[in-house]
Amino acid sequence: MKASTFKRHVTDSFRSLRRNGGMSVAAIVSVTVTLLLVGIFMALIFNVNHVSREVENDVRVRVEIDQKTTAAQRAKLKRELQDMDNVAQVSFSSRKQELDKVVGSYGSAFSMFSGDSNPLNDVYVVKTKTPQATQKVAQAAKKLNHVNDAVYGGANARNLFRATDSLRQWGLGFSLMLLLVAVFLISNTVRITILSRQTEIGIMRLVGATNSYIRWPFLLEGAWTGLFGSIIPIAIVDIGYAVIYGASARGFASAGYTLLSPGSLLIGLDFLLAGIGIVIGAVGAAISMGRFLKI
Amino acid sequence: MIRMVDVSKTYDNDVQALKDVNVEIDQGDFVYVVGPSGAGKSTFIKLLYRELRATKGLIMIDEFDLMKLKDREVPFLRRTIGVVFQDFKLLTRLTVAENIAYAMEVIEKDPEEIKQRVTEVLNEVGLADKAARFPSELSGGEQQRVAIARAIANSPHILIADEPTGNLDPNTAEEIMALLEEINHKGTTVIMATHNDQIVNSHPHRLLEINNGTLIRDEKEGTYENEG
Repeated sequence: MKASTFKRHVTDSFRSLRRNGGMSVAAIVSVTVTLLLVGIFMALIFNVNHVSREVENDVRVRVEIDQKTTAAQRAKLKRELQDMDNVAQVSFSSRKQELDKVVGSYGSAFSMFSGDSNPLNDVYVVKTKTPQATQKVAQAAKKLNHVNDAVYGGANARNLFRATDSLRQWGLGFSLMLLLVAVFLISNTVRITILSRQTEIGIMRLVGATNSYIRWPFLLEGAWTGLFGSIIPIAIVDIGYAVIYGASARGFASAGYTLLSPGSLLIGLDFLLAGIGIVIGAVGAAISMGRFLKI
Repeated sequence: MIRMVDVSKTYDNDVQALKDVNVEIDQGDFVYVVGPSGAGKSTFIKLLYRELRATKGLIMIDEFDLMKLKDREVPFLRRTIGVVFQDFKLLTRLTVAENIAYAMEVIEKDPEEIKQRVTEVLNEVGLADKAARFPSELSGGEQQRVAIARAIANSPHILIADEPTGNLDPNTAEEIMALLEEINHKGTTVIMATHNDQIVNSHPHRLLEINNGTLIRDEKEGTYENEG
């Protein structure tokens, strides 16, 4: 296609958007709402997946020590843990250190539990050689004397993956419904354009314009509607995510996990939202062209 | 060159609009298509620019076999044919010059070529001084001239005019007729469907008369009595 032809199609498509005024705005708003929700779901799902993977790959088993255990018993317990297969390292974390982590993650309100009212246990943090070994090591550690409990990330990972799955299903279902509404509205605005340009289309056909030439402005009108609808969601998701990341990244870090950084998540997500916008716009336009554009 | 052999057209509602029509029209001919309303004139015209497809028979226009022509090839046939209607079909939001240029722009002609050709055809139809006017500012005759200018902008081999004088007073109709003959003298085949017996009888050309879908007359310089 010649550059001058493309320029002409772009001008035509913008003119139609302007001419359809209210309907164009309604379609753009519908895409905006849809993509905002899709953007939030995506950011959430990507992060839950990311954290789930980190939890799954976590090689730590936290062995909680009974509070009444003596120093000798602790030393024996440490040796028993070190002697287990697949154990790489055993380190100690006191109940005070554990409480400090809680305060770091969840806020200073938890510092009221300092001193004697600290309900936490001293902990041996056992690092296994592989993530797969954590379950066996935890089960074996539970059977040892003076062990209150032994927990590992893998079990939580399974729960997290289950949560991600249901989040994804509900999110997808809901987004799909909104996408359909947006496609319907875009298809309606393009239908109005087609009907208002019947004479022009007739002349184009008479003088030998090709079908693709006739279709381009309508396809572009749909695509612009989708693209314009994606601008506000992209801005909100970008700014919102940067704020949330700034506020909560430290808390996650103190628990040993990370959120996806804005730099690594947002560029891809922005393109994805713009891409979805353009696709639903073009699909909406294509539906109307199929039904009303008699070439 | 146009050749129709045993051409019939039956619509979906079983109405037979044309029956076994056989016609040959040479390049440069001027041909009237006459007949009462509903006789099949419009169907005949629409078959030529493939607005309709014949039910049976053979239609050849230059190298195009219209019975075998695929839909995506139709635009290339239409670039060799100009069409003018009774109601002009001009774009009201465009000026005279823009209306003419439009026909060339949509087939992606070079902007320089468009500019030059628009000036040429405006001179040809006598509207050079009205290039910047909008259709609503023109008389009926002038609007039909713009429609003719648009139809010939792409230098078609064939100009089809469907009742081009139907909305015009007798004097203006004469002027339009003179313009069509001038275009014909330059080598373009003109096929004109009309009810206007005055025009047909005062500007004698080959005449095809259709009645009830049948070609009942094909005369070199026939006259015509419009009974409708």
